[in-house]
Amino acid sequence: MAVVTAPLSRAGGMVVAPPSLAEPAYRGLWSWLTTVDHKRIGILYGVSAFAFFCIGGLEALVIRLQLWVPDNTLVSAQMFNSLFTMHATTMIFLAIMPLGASFFNFIIPLQIGARDVAFPRLNAFSYWAFILGGIMLNVSFLLGGAPDAGWFGYANLTTRAYSPGPGIDFWMLGLQVLGVASLAAALNFFVTIVNMRAPGLSFMRLPIFCWMSLITMVLLLLAFPSITVGLILLMFDRFFDTNFYSVPHGGDPILWQHLFWVFGHPEVYILILPAMGIVSEIIPVFSRKPLFGYAVMVYSGIAIAFLAFGVWAHHMFAVGLGPIADAVFASSTMLIAVPTGVKIFNWIGTMFKGSVSFKTPMLFAVGFISMFIIGGVTGIMHASPPADLIQHDTYFIVAHIHYVLIGGSIMALFAGIYYWFPKMSGRMLNETLGQWNFWTFLIFFNVTFMPMHWTGLLGMPRRVYTYGPDLGVTTLNQISTVGAIGLGFSVLIFVVNIFTSLRYGELAPDDPWDGATLEWSIPSPPPIYNFARIPTVHSRDAWWAMKHPERMHLDPIEVTPLAGGPGHATEVAHEVVATAAPGAAPPVIHMPSPSFWPFLAALGLAIMASGLLMADSFGPMTIPVFAILGLLLLVGSIYGWSFEPA
Amino acid sequence: MAHTAVPVIIDTGAAPPAAVEAPLVLEHPHTSTGLDSRKLLMWAFLASDCMFFGTLIATYMVYKNRSLTPPLPRETFDVPYTSVSAFVLLLSSLTMVLALAAIQRGEERRMRVWLSATALLGCVFLGGQFYEFSSFYREGLTLSSNLFGSTFFTLTGFHGTHVFIGVFWLASLVTHSFRGRLHQEHSLLVEIAGLYWHFVDIVWILIFTLVYLIPD
Amino acid sequence: MTTLEHAHEEHAAEHAHPGARTYVLVGVILAIITVAEVFFYTQEAVRAFLVPLLLALSATKFVLVVGFYMHLKFDHRLFTGVFGFGLLVAASIITALLFLFGQYPLPHPAG
Repeated sequence: MAVVTAPLSRAGGMVVAPPSLAEPAYRGLWSWLTTVDHKRIGILYGVSAFAFFCIGGLEALVIRLQLWVPDNTLVSAQMFNSLFTMHATTMIFLAIMPLGASFFNFIIPLQIGARDVAFPRLNAFSYWAFILGGIMLNVSFLLGGAPDAGWFGYANLTTRAYSPGPGIDFWMLGLQVLGVASLAAALNFFVTIVNMRAPGLSFMRLPIFCWMSLITMVLLLLAFPSITVGLILLMFDRFFDTNFYSVPHGGDPILWQHLFWVFGHPEVYILILPAMGIVSEIIPVFSRKPLFGYAVMVYSGIAIAFLAFGVWAHHMFAVGLGPIADAVFASSTMLIAVPTGVKIFNWIGTMFKGSVSFKTPMLFAVGFISMFIIGGVTGIMHASPPADLIQHDTYFIVAHIHYVLIGGSIMALFAGIYYWFPKMSGRMLNETLGQWNFWTFLIFFNVTFMPMHWTGLLGMPRRVYTYGPDLGVTTLNQISTVGAIGLGFSVLIFVVNIFTSLRYGELAPDDPWDGATLEWSIPSPPPIYNFARIPTVHSRDAWWAMKHPERMHLDPIEVTPLAGGPGHATEVAHEVVATAAPGAAPPVIHMPSPSFWPFLAALGLAIMASGLLMADSFGPMTIPVFAILGLLLLVGSIYGWSFEPA
Repeated sequence: MAHTAVPVIIDTGAAPPAAVEAPLVLEHPHTSTGLDSRKLLMWAFLASDCMFFGTLIATYMVYKNRSLTPPLPRETFDVPYTSVSAFVLLLSSLTMVLALAAIQRGEERRMRVWLSATALLGCVFLGGQFYEFSSFYREGLTLSSNLFGSTFFTLTGFHGTHVFIGVFWLASLVTHSFRGRLHQEHSLLVEIAGLYWHFVDIVWILIFTLVYLIPD
Repeated sequence: MTTLEHAHEEHAAEHAHPGARTYVLVGVILAIITVAEVFFYTQEAVRAFLVPLLLALSATKFVLVVGFYMHLKFDHRLFTGVFGFGLLVAASIITALLFLFGQYPLPHPAG
């Protein structure tokens, strides 16, 4: 136990300790392997996710190069199939989701005034399971071939009969391990947001990023079991001779599609809601105006949580479900566009008559809005089954996907990185490089994907390694390829910005943007315990309320009688400082201790899965042997974990 | 502004305490809802598990009557036998809740008795499943024989796995209690295990009806 | 209401524990319902409405176990909301899949 006496500053009225106390003797690889600190885990997620993002991007570049000219032979058809499969799987599961997780980890506890998440070791476990799952997926390239049946792995292409190699096994088991990681994280953050809020932080005062994250957790909890079951059925078909997806025995490949998309559609909301949350944080701060229609944003998010489970078969309009099913799902899909689209008006309403500052985070946030509108509009086009029959499986859909996922999620995640980098690292990212990053990104993104709307409607199918010269899409493809190379260049600018700023960047103050939420009330980077004293919250945008009560137009009922009225915010600050008078008992902050068990447990899980992967090369005995070995490690770790002091 | 020097003690718990104790359960934990986070975790997990079993049950039901070859459910099932299984599991839920009631009153020995009874009944259930599945196997119903076999064994197999994990969990709690580490103030741990156990029971209530009783 | 006041309210509610007698009574009811289920299963006379009958009986057992043994009836509504939402989504998906796979008679054949 370390007893530290240090001068506390009254920065912004909150009692804080200087950053030198941040990491007492907590260095080296071992400290990273055993960390349970949400901030460190957030960084681990962020760095890993970005590495996978680059891998996925390289895969995309090879795809674009292959499609440079008709009948190209840069890569074989087989390799092309692996490339688009791995590109999508990597970007969705190993880049966007973990980048979101990086922000959940770092920011949520700070925004709710907590010292850590509800279950720090479970948090670490989620990370290690994620990274092992990601490695498992990618190592397939070296061990017999990467999966090649698309990121959605339709049966019965994925059954042993049509995909005899190990690629699909890697995909299937990698996703199962990732699924466990996601479920654990979703449980953790759900409980954290519900149960670890600072005093006075009611649900309707929660930062909007936390709200969107909460809804994302609910979606994760209820959607993942569906793909888990679908994958289990596939695993049984591939290893134990069952016939769930096997037509000669009465099985129906469409079952896979249903089970997959019952997961897959909520998954896209899982990808976009955190992004919307991030943007909803940034726009008010850079417009110097509270979020317009906070309640509407929250209720529309809740509506999405309900409706997300009722639209999945719009991915199956070309399957032949029949007019009744098609009509039902078309209606529900058009309905879900409403809560999704309403948010756009909230963001615009926030900026309207605000004092807007177009720093890099804001540029990416506004870029998000405009690109997401385009993606959303094409999405509504797909919602009509007759229209979709023409668009389905063409590049028109590819355009839609990338407008909502790059123009949407990725741009928002970049916005978040530029916004919260100062908090996480204590340094400012270079603003000039940031502007270059943004504009090159926006321009080359559109150069890449706008032509695909035309490419698709001219009939170029997805997931085919080449196209004929008479299709008339050659020039459009070349434009897309040039754009993709430009996008890569933009990402390079970003990487340069990160590395140079980490080393030479301007030191960041606690609150560089005049932020609205509690994370800006503590040092950059935060000390290990986050808050020297847990704040008491009296309104939405708690930090603004303490700094600029007049800006908040505080509703009389928002401020509790204890607070005494809008002018009380500064008194709250004084109250906090006053109790730090000499002679008062020093606050004791108990932080969760580091632990090796989460890593071991994740390793046990990965070992269990790898037995199935080795069966091809080393015989079927590997399945039970590794399953038991892995299970022993997993169970042993859980016991170790349970009996370790918290 | 002047700086005020105030000592801040940061306890990273680097040195673990000598005795390993079960984590204390506060009656009114300092959480936003006043509810214990672990209990909330279990309920959230059970909500997720509803979807897990929901999709497995859906798989069974969409493939009902679609087997192309025998054996078929009607000729395979022995409903009276299985209803005994159902009773056993329902009884185990009763013993589980009595175990919880006991520890909430501080009656550790009684809790051990009821917990052991629950675990034992769980084993009886599993034994019954094993016997039932063996006889089905002898009649030609396997995981790969036909759709009925695939869907049936997958659904009941995962349910059985859940029961097995439950038995293990309960046995651990009994052991912990024998070591003198599970007291009245730790009753939440028994409650959480109970929630899991009852959930596994209600899944069986559904499986018994939807799989065994509902006619083709 | 402050957190502390909420906690006191919970304290009062949680002490409305059913006793062992209630638990045993519920157990007996569960057993009786199970006997009834098996009984109706064997009766040709009720074949026409066996399915809704069995579903209703099972649902009753479900609610009794969840309400009493899992204590949901006496606990904070948050738990009911969390579990209830998961249950609702699961039940909806099962129902939807039954319709989509034609395992439910539909008023008009899907064309």
